[in-house]
Amino acid sequence: MSDPRMIWRKSLNYVMLSLTGVAAFGVVSILFLVLGYLFWNGGRSLSWNFFTQLPKPVGETGGGMANAIVGSLKLLMLAAVMGLPVGLLTGVYLAEFGGKTFSFVIRYTTDLLNGVPSIVIGIFAYSLVVLPVKHFSALAGGVALGMMVIPITVRSTEEFLRAVPGSLREGAMALGASKWKTIVTVVLPAASGGILTGMLLALARVAGETAPLLFTALGNRFWSPGFEQPTASLPVMIYTYAIAPYDDWHRQAWAAGLVLLGLVLVANLGARLLLNRGSAVRST
Amino acid sequence: MSAAATTIAHEVPPQAGPRAFLRRLRSGDEIAHLITLTFAALILLITSMLLYELWVNSHLSRAKFGWMFFWTRVWDPNFDNFGAAPFIYGTLVTSAVALCLAVPLGLASAIFLSELAPRKVSDVISFLIDLLAAVPSVIYGLLGIFIVVPLMRTTIGPALIHTLGNVPYLGALFHGPNYGVGFLTAGIVLAIMVVPFIISVSREVLLTVPREQREAALAMGATRWESTWKVVVPWARTGIMGSVFLALARALGETMAVTMVIGNAPTIAASLLSPGDTIASIIASQFTEASGDLYLSSLIELGLVLFLITFILNGLARILIVATGRGGGRPA
Amino acid sequence: MRKRLLLVLLALGLAGLAVAQGGTVLLNAAGATFPTPIYSKWFDVYHSAHPNVQINYQSIGSGGGIRQLQAGTVDFGASDGPMSDEQLSQSKFKILHFPTVLGAVVPTYNIAGVSGELNFTQKALAGIYLGTITKWDDTEIAKANAGVKLPNADIVVIHRSEGSGTTYIWTDFLGKVSEDWKKKVGNAAASVNWPAGLGGKGNEGVTGLVKQTPNAIGYIELIYAVQNNIPYGKVQNAAGNFVKADLAGVTAAAAADAKNIPDDFRVSITNAPGPKVYPISSFTWLLIPAQIQDAAKREAIKDFLKWMLTEGQKYNEGLTYAQLPKDLIAKETKAISLIQ
Repeated sequence: MSDPRMIWRKSLNYVMLSLTGVAAFGVVSILFLVLGYLFWNGGRSLSWNFFTQLPKPVGETGGGMANAIVGSLKLLMLAAVMGLPVGLLTGVYLAEFGGKTFSFVIRYTTDLLNGVPSIVIGIFAYSLVVLPVKHFSALAGGVALGMMVIPITVRSTEEFLRAVPGSLREGAMALGASKWKTIVTVVLPAASGGILTGMLLALARVAGETAPLLFTALGNRFWSPGFEQPTASLPVMIYTYAIAPYDDWHRQAWAAGLVLLGLVLVANLGARLLLNRGSAVRST
Repeated sequence: MSAAATTIAHEVPPQAGPRAFLRRLRSGDEIAHLITLTFAALILLITSMLLYELWVNSHLSRAKFGWMFFWTRVWDPNFDNFGAAPFIYGTLVTSAVALCLAVPLGLASAIFLSELAPRKVSDVISFLIDLLAAVPSVIYGLLGIFIVVPLMRTTIGPALIHTLGNVPYLGALFHGPNYGVGFLTAGIVLAIMVVPFIISVSREVLLTVPREQREAALAMGATRWESTWKVVVPWARTGIMGSVFLALARALGETMAVTMVIGNAPTIAASLLSPGDTIASIIASQFTEASGDLYLSSLIELGLVLFLITFILNGLARILIVATGRGGGRPA
Repeated sequence: MRKRLLLVLLALGLAGLAVAQGGTVLLNAAGATFPTPIYSKWFDVYHSAHPNVQINYQSIGSGGGIRQLQAGTVDFGASDGPMSDEQLSQSKFKILHFPTVLGAVVPTYNIAGVSGELNFTQKALAGIYLGTITKWDDTEIAKANAGVKLPNADIVVIHRSEGSGTTYIWTDFLGKVSEDWKKKVGNAAASVNWPAGLGGKGNEGVTGLVKQTPNAIGYIELIYAVQNNIPYGKVQNAAGNFVKADLAGVTAAAAADAKNIPDDFRVSITNAPGPKVYPISSFTWLLIPAQIQDAAKREAIKDFLKWMLTEGQKYNEGLTYAQLPKDLIAKETKAISLIQ
């Protein structure tokens, strides 16, 4: 039928639907652009030196980011030690023990903490850890990152614990296990795949955080022994080198960006694979 | 299944078995309860301490400037006169630009992924877009400096000035010197950063719309697009709004990528091509060197303001997303 | 498998906990970006010569150096703007200033077609930064540069986004040569309310911005312009001559005021009198607490200062900083004993 209104509607249909497809592929191509550019520029600048050497004095070429890589790993470890247990146990509380109002309060507060801009967390960690001790330190950076890890871990732990079927719990209890024993021996292992995934994703998320480290871990041109000294980290080095005028520093910033992104993406991919393959329990 | 807060399932007759053993079992539960409760309370402690520190450490500037702080356009460390207006302006403008770009793009993509694409393709693309959300912000900043800024300066900026710059009223947004850095550049980078959030939440929300709604519309003769736009999307309206608020909250708090491309000039200017500053970026730039207690207090007060804004937005987002029937938020 | 993973993580954790080897002195310092190239060179060389002393210097800007020193989070600071009397009196502990090198702040620019040196009158620089001179072919600039084709383009003014000693030196100079500047913007300070322009973070950030932005002008320490091969202009000095920043000009500036250097070493040598003087020269200082509790740190700092005044000075000229005048070095060496 050549009813003009019908033709209009049909063409509109076609155009709009195509546009949505264009939009989706546009977004995906941005991803490939991001990855591609990083791989191209970063790949060219990666070298053995980058991974093993310390930064050279300002203006001299060469040098690497060995201390920043180690520093980032150290910070992640601190964040994990401080944030993951809190997140895990809170998740257990919310899923297994929680009373109605208190659980609501905790969930709300967790969401609140999640929404705090990372720079504000940096301010907090500065006044909490750096000022009293009169020291910039990796510990302060770890505290800041740890605080950011908590809400993500709480959410995913609770979600995966809840997804464990009631039948598993009841079965254990019917066999005479007490509540905590049920949780430890049955529920947690059943949800472990998802929980570990959540933890991995939380760490991947904070690995790239820069702002909170600016006033806590500061930076270090040398190795940073222990946890009480300032330490270099990949994101802060990327920032410092990117805004500087030296071409050699720009190249190193690309390389660092590639390494950082590689770490984050591998963690994300790994987590999702674990999730899809691992647990027999599916989340919503 | 929600685990009810009950204790052991079976009754324990007081005379039965070794009482000590049973008591140990019982207290085991209590201990577990207590331990997890303590850790949960730790979060309360952290958050209240955070608020407390922000409040207390900003009292100097709150006392001196009061409400005028929000209107003062001057940021003068030399004369000890501080005002939040340029930063609130910058934060709002960059976020607004980001949303103007990200919402249409994100919603369109979400529609494509939920309505049109075959499930497998949709899952793969969703997965890729989630990866985009995982990219650290400093890397967006890196790309911003070396790709977007030169592009703005050489191509996009002049193009905008020559075309839209001459339109009355709208033209005020696109005039003046074109540095490459500025509100628009920051907005573009932010848009790329928040689009994955809009897409992933909107897609999920759209997928929960009952089939009957679509089918009813189609049965009445609507085209695919009409059924989507006029029935499905409105049904998921609140959830989509929630995703927008989530994206907004993320954009407001974003620090690094913005600091690297906004130009660091605390000004209020109509033109989007002008350099500016946001709350997060001025704190990042000046916190470690705020010599002078009023200076530092003003920066912390800015942090408090930002915290409150994101708090309200996140709260709204949550309400909206939950209201669509989708339980709980997702880890951002 | 999981147990093994946990054990590996535990091992890594303990390794990370490894306390510094006995005898290593770790010093943290922060401050000016103006002297960062020479400081990072010095600390690197000093570390090679004294492997048990590690001085971690973070260039966050002079304002940061002063602030963090006062907060006690760093062992010493660095600033190109000496602390004011007010700042010193507000400080909880006594702070000593030790000049380290002499440097120059140069106006650098990025103008298509102009690769040579431009002459900047004092009025031109003040006007540009006040925002009253907006185009490159403005008469004030053009009249000093006969024969140079200046474009009719907007000047992109670039300044520092954070508290900076380089800004202190620059505003000190502008305040001396322009009444308008002094009235509108105020006295020399590390952080001002800029009438115009974009902000870059650190000398590095400003250099980066100027390099990438056509028609930009910025003020940076000489070495940044040299290391990055960007043109910088001559500035008109108090005697009316256009002088290009170099070691001779900076040394002349210091010499002109040699007799007036006070005992605490805080002095401004911008716009010094003399025909060959480069007018935007300055000392830069290390800010050392007068009392240092930790004996190992105290000795390390004192030793470094002695090294800096003797061996260290040899590296200055290679990085286009001028050496300190001989009698100043003598005075400083005596002042080191003030550190208790």
